[in-house]
Amino acid sequence: MKPRTLSLSERGFDFETFMWTFVRVSALAMYFFALVAIIGALVMGARTDMNLADLIRWTFMSNPNHVLNTNVPDLAPWSTLFWKLTGSAFVFFAASHGLHGVLSVVEDYMAHKGWRRFLRIFVIIILVVMAAIGIYVLWTS
Amino acid sequence: MGLRRNVSLMNAMRYQGKGPMLTYWLHRISGLSIVLFVGLHVLGAFLSQQFSSSFGTFINSIYENWIFQIYIFFCALFHALNGLRIVILDLWPKLIEHQREAIWFEWLVFIPLYAMAVFVIIRTALAG
Repeated sequence: MKPRTLSLSERGFDFETFMWTFVRVSALAMYFFALVAIIGALVMGARTDMNLADLIRWTFMSNPNHVLNTNVPDLAPWSTLFWKLTGSAFVFFAASHGLHGVLSVVEDYMAHKGWRRFLRIFVIIILVVMAAIGIYVLWTS
Repeated sequence: MGLRRNVSLMNAMRYQGKGPMLTYWLHRISGLSIVLFVGLHVLGAFLSQQFSSSFGTFINSIYENWIFQIYIFFCALFHALNGLRIVILDLWPKLIEHQREAIWFEWLVFIPLYAMAVFVIIRTALAG
C-alpha cells in the first residue's frame, strides 16, 4: 500500500508541527536524564546507601536535598555542577512539555474565546515562573 | 484558533472509544495532576528553603501522605509509559497497525510495576 503521507517540504514545517515534535523529543529527553540520574546514583553508591523511594526521588530530580535523609556518607558528589546542569535541563524539558500539555487541554475544552486567551497567558506566566523558581532552588540547595 | 467548538466536555466524554480512549483520558488527567503536583512541590521547596515558611511545610505534609503517593505515582508511571508508547507509535508510524496490542502490552508493563510500588508504599505507611 502506498503511504498516504506528505514529505516535509510539501507539508511545510510550521510552529504547530515543531511543537508536536518538541513534545515527543522532550519526553525522550526526560527519559534520558532520568536514566543518567539512576546510573549516576548507582555509581555513587545508591545500591547500599538508600532505599528505592529515595532513588526514585533522585531520579525525577537530581537535587541533593532528595538524598538528605539517606545513608549517603558525603553530599558533595551529589551536589556537583554536573547534577545542577542535568537537573536544570530536566526542569526545562519538564516545564515546556507540561506547558504545551496544559495549553492543549485549554485549547480543547475552553469554548469561550476570551477565557481561552486569558488562560493561555495565565498558564504561560505560571509555568515560566515555576520553572525559574525550580532552577533557583536547584542552584541554591 | 478560529475553530468552532460545538461539542461540550460532557458530550466528548460520551464517546465510546474503549481502551485507546481510556488511555487518552488517563494521559490528560495524569498530565494535569503532575503539573499541579510539581508546581506545588517546587513552591513548597522554595518557601520552606528560603523563608522556613509553615505554608511550605503544609505542602510537604500533603505529598508525604501515603494516599497521595499512591495517586501521584499512578500519574507519573502511567504518563511515562503511555507517553513512551505514543512516542514510539508516532516516530515509527508503521507500528500504528499494532496500536491495540501496544496498549495491552503497556498495561502488562504498568500493572506489575505499579502493584509493586503500591505494595512498598502501603508497607512503609503501615510501618509508620
